Amino acid sequence: MAQAAATASALAGPRLISQRQRAWRTFRQNRTAVAGLVLIILIVAVALAAPLLAPADPTAQSIRMRLQAPSWANPLGRDDYGRDILSRVIYGTRVALQVGILSVLLGGAVGTAIGVIAGYFGGRIEAMLMRLVDILLSFPDLITGLLVVAVLGPGLGKLILAIGLTIAPRFARLAHGPTLSVKKRDFVEAARALGVGNGRILRVHILPNVLGELIVLGSLWTASAIRLEASLSFIGLGVPPPTPTWGQMIRDGTIYLTDAPLYAIGPGLALLITVLAFNLVGDGLRDVLDPRSRA
Amino acid sequence: MLRYILRRLLLAIPTLLAVLTVIFFIVRVAPGDPATAALGDYASAEAVAAMRERMGLNEPLWKQYLTFLADLARGDLGRSLITGKPISEQISFVLPYTVELAIAAIVVGLILGVPIGVITALRRNTLIDDIGRIVSLVGLSLPAFYLGIILMFVFAVKLGLLPSVGSAPFSNPGKHLQHVILPALALGLIETAYMARMTRSVMMGILSDDFIRTARAKGLTERMVLIRHALRAGLIPIVSLTGIFAISLIGSSVVVEEVFARPGLGRLMVGATKQRDYTALQSIMVVYSLIIIVINLMTDIIYTFVDPRVRID
Repeated sequence: MAQAAATASALAGPRLISQRQRAWRTFRQNRTAVAGLVLIILIVAVALAAPLLAPADPTAQSIRMRLQAPSWANPLGRDDYGRDILSRVIYGTRVALQVGILSVLLGGAVGTAIGVIAGYFGGRIEAMLMRLVDILLSFPDLITGLLVVAVLGPGLGKLILAIGLTIAPRFARLAHGPTLSVKKRDFVEAARALGVGNGRILRVHILPNVLGELIVLGSLWTASAIRLEASLSFIGLGVPPPTPTWGQMIRDGTIYLTDAPLYAIGPGLALLITVLAFNLVGDGLRDVLDPRSRA
Repeated sequence: MLRYILRRLLLAIPTLLAVLTVIFFIVRVAPGDPATAALGDYASAEAVAAMRERMGLNEPLWKQYLTFLADLARGDLGRSLITGKPISEQISFVLPYTVELAIAAIVVGLILGVPIGVITALRRNTLIDDIGRIVSLVGLSLPAFYLGIILMFVFAVKLGLLPSVGSAPFSNPGKHLQHVILPALALGLIETAYMARMTRSVMMGILSDDFIRTARAKGLTERMVLIRHALRAGLIPIVSLTGIFAISLIGSSVVVEEVFARPGLGRLMVGATKQRDYTALQSIMVVYSLIIIVINLMTDIIYTFVDPRVRID
């Protein structure tokens, strides 16, 4: 492979650039997308370095300092248990990213597998699977999410599973279409004629051809998954306390909107910036894949 | 027209049946015994057994499924596991609140979103367009419940213009309306962002179409081109987008009802989820599926009005 690519570039001269390089160039030109990527890197850094960045222990309570106003030591003030709000916002990044990224990986893998297998094998399996997918898709994601959470119960792992299952049908729908068209292409026919097994055809020929769009969807759905996680913990059905989550903080803070507005508004801002960052990158990736959609 | 609607309703039956089947089985795989959930953890084994018998849980699954469908066909949504009251009572009380909220939000989204989308499409790559693009991306990233809290903070807490939480009965229209404004804005402004973005891309596609060039070539003023040709063509995708947004609105209304402590289907579902009231949950899901089917049907009907190419027979 590498050798062939080297020969090809030697033949075509130095101006030939790989698809990946061209994609990166298009992406780089999109300033908002690059800003999104920088934001994501920063957010991941905050999540990893939370113990170093947080001014205080996010679970250390102090009833005497309940709802203390913002100060140098506690820039966002203290919550109703006297905990430092900024530290809790910083630690909240961890749950948001964990749920956002893991649920999309899970939902993406399951959904793509369903879509590709249904599209590739066709027949009654396809009809049944895609019917189920369409039914699940007809509901708003928050309602599907609530239903799955109701069935599974609370907890970080179950929340990731619930959001992953909510997201999976979107990936199945998206992966299904291209699979149908790719499987009829000559190179797939040729592979089959050569006696290549179904598993290898799926892996080597079908999957790479649907991957591009799936990555865009993955980025956009990471944004949605983080929002979904925040919505569920706002309702009180997310990761149980004392683990700090933005949604839960916003919920608790709403009660004190008059006296300590930053209690709810601070974590909400962190949530907004994170969701926006993933949306910006998803938007930029879409432009890379589909130059016509660019304004 | 009536025949078309009837036929569409008949076509919706298999879909509804499939949805009901999925809901029935999802709720059945839930861990925990509904009889124990109804009686509490400290109920005696005999009481639980008696309750299971009374709830029909000892019947084979296919029989439970048929009973479920038969009850629904008679319009019986069952009784709450927790309160023992018919769920239809609660649903018919809260449903008008959710419907009203959704309609108000759609109106906000259309009134603001469509013009913003058209203007940014006409002024593409100008400052207005850039601002519109960034604002709509922020809008897309803003969770509805957070926007609700910001609106509550500004208009209720700081300015004291509107009530923050709760609701007033329909019999007191003035007060009732005051309670609708902020939740409707929270949902509607987010729909505005979606609507503006979609309208922009729809209009940009149309404006580069051949028939627009023809209209310009035959000497129509830019205004006439826009009103007579571009907007009319744009109306068709906007109708189907509104249908899609109406459905997503129903989803976001769950959190907005929570923020403003407003009665509604979403809050009912949250309550049922927290209490693990599976029969209530099942019935609420049935109502949601009906709402979605009705929205899709209405979208199709409006479609026939705006697109003369779609014939209803």
